[in-house]
Amino acid sequence: METIGIPRALAYYAYYPFWKTVMATLGRELVESGATTKAILDEGISEACTDLCVPIKIFFGHVAELKGRVDKIFVPRLVNVSQGDTFCPKFLGLPDMVRYGMKDLPPLFAPRVDLRKKVRGWVNLARMVADAFDSSIISVLQGLEKGKRVQAAYENLLLQGFTPKEAMEILETGQKGKVSDPGKEQVGTIALLGYPYSLYDDFLNGNLLSRLRALGVKVLTPEMVPEKVLYTKIRSLPKGLFWHFSNRVLGAGLYYLREVQIDGIVHVSNFACGPDAMVNKLLELEAKKHSCPFLTIGLDEHTGQAGIHTRLEAFVDMVRWRRQRACE
Amino acid sequence: MRITFPYMGHSHWVFRQLLSELGHEPIVPPRPTKRTLDYGTRYAPEFACIPFKVLLGSYLEAIELGAEAVVTTGGVGPCRAGYYAPLHQRILADLGYDLDFIVLEPPLRNLKDFYRQLRKLFPPRIGIGKLLGILSRAWVKLNAIDYLERLSHQIRPRELEPGRTTKVFEQCLELLGAATTVSEMKAAREEGRRLLAEIPVDREKELLKIGIIGEIYVVLEPFINHNVQILLEEMGVLADRSIYLADWVRGNALIPGEKDIKRAARPYLKELVGGHGLNSIGETVLYARRGFDGVVQLAPFACIPEIVAKSIIPAVSSILDIPVLTLFLDEQTGVAGIKTRLEAFVDLLWQKKRKGAGAQWKQVTLA
Repeated sequence: METIGIPRALAYYAYYPFWKTVMATLGRELVESGATTKAILDEGISEACTDLCVPIKIFFGHVAELKGRVDKIFVPRLVNVSQGDTFCPKFLGLPDMVRYGMKDLPPLFAPRVDLRKKVRGWVNLARMVADAFDSSIISVLQGLEKGKRVQAAYENLLLQGFTPKEAMEILETGQKGKVSDPGKEQVGTIALLGYPYSLYDDFLNGNLLSRLRALGVKVLTPEMVPEKVLYTKIRSLPKGLFWHFSNRVLGAGLYYLREVQIDGIVHVSNFACGPDAMVNKLLELEAKKHSCPFLTIGLDEHTGQAGIHTRLEAFVDMVRWRRQRACE
Repeated sequence: MRITFPYMGHSHWVFRQLLSELGHEPIVPPRPTKRTLDYGTRYAPEFACIPFKVLLGSYLEAIELGAEAVVTTGGVGPCRAGYYAPLHQRILADLGYDLDFIVLEPPLRNLKDFYRQLRKLFPPRIGIGKLLGILSRAWVKLNAIDYLERLSHQIRPRELEPGRTTKVFEQCLELLGAATTVSEMKAAREEGRRLLAEIPVDREKELLKIGIIGEIYVVLEPFINHNVQILLEEMGVLADRSIYLADWVRGNALIPGEKDIKRAARPYLKELVGGHGLNSIGETVLYARRGFDGVVQLAPFACIPEIVAKSIIPAVSSILDIPVLTLFLDEQTGVAGIKTRLEAFVDLLWQKKRKGAGAQWKQVTLA
């Protein structure tokens, strides 16, 4: 069976179950790269252009990891998925950057995903997939439909508070009984905001999510808010941002600040991330308006787990004291 | 209204005239200095690109001079420049300054909004004829400035007395700045041409040819790029700049242009990535075809589209055998560092040129 490698980075965390299903209906196997490791990061650093942000470097590392063990590598060009906004330019240029930045690659499967025009967008996508795999457009369209259903189930699990890893496991094994564990609320509730590839890559962020939970914090993420609600918040702004993931993060921030009782915000950002320069400032100003404690964690190639944990602990302590003072 | 505007290269001569003819008091921000940048870096996000910081700083300086409003452009992304205005406004509001922002978004996106913004700028009762007169005078001035600047770039590499061209060009700008009618502008342009042509030059001098590409603001604003073009010219390089404001307005705001650039970039980058990312690749290809000896790419530190371009340029560079030097610029950049790198680059290009083709060149990367 032809194998398609999918780098476990960037949009993987958002759309993997969709593509897994589509490929399976076409009789192809989608093979993930392993979880991010130091070796993968180092490989990425040596392959990618220095000025790129660390998530893209990690993506390069995962591509290198897949090299040699799959027939094709999946590097989608994500342009637009639903809401009229686009993706960061680095996503727009991703296949070209990989193609010209790395040597000895297997062929890339790089469909251009632009669903701005709904029907035509899906048909175009189906055509690209059909061309790449020599299948009929009808069977691809069926596959896409099936993929959409699985994706909806996946997003539903994320809404309930499962992490992508847990949700994927549940989909895979069909386990139903499991309950999500957003952390017990002993100390307080914190909105953990950031792109999926920053929040759910445990190597990149030094196990930030589980660390927060272990500190007795109930953790809320952008994935726990329905997309519709996120975008209502974005439309309430004089001007929305241009980038999909950024709008989701900003929308979640606005939602949690305005409509949920939270004790603090932790924004997880990446060194020299362009869109985040805007997102971070907007969140900071908004948090200030609501007198909500705000912490930014910047990640880069050199981030150590100890540094992150110390700062998280200090922040959680501060949240605890604030609460105690408010009760007195 | 006391209106200010983004400071970029020589364009303030044009905006000054345009605003005062429309009946406003133009508040020309001071030419950016260290102080501007200090203001900007203090209040801007750390990883905002350098144009964002310079503009924020110069708005603050304009506020000190009494500005009540800003007129600037919007954008639809995915380059961050399209979001400058809302964020600048929020940061200034947070600092306690209530500045009115007149943001001109691309008209086709929201015609009503575009009209409403324009109405704020135009006097209540103005004949269309008078308005066209005002616009065309601004256009003539902009083109005259670009014409004389182009000429100065032809002359400077060959000047016999170092620094002479720069002095004469300053004089030309003063002349043009003082001109208010079309005939005065034409006279000033002619006078400027004559002054530049009188500069003694060495016609036999052998020159290198280098193209300058990159993001529009850092390419056009000498304070940020530390006068890269002039530095190169004083090293005996014929430096061709890919962006002039009048051409840019013609190609992006009036009629869609730059088709050849986009077509040239196509084999390497198949998507618009915002800003000047695609242009940087296309222009590198075109400079290679035109037989240039090298290309210098200028970009703000952390500029997303230019980073995408930079990731692909090494391939263009080696396939078309044209050396490219990328300079990322930020508030830490100093002129000595730039100069050293340019000198080294120019040395390499001379060696390559004298040895003839054949040597393989890789892109030189500098943080």
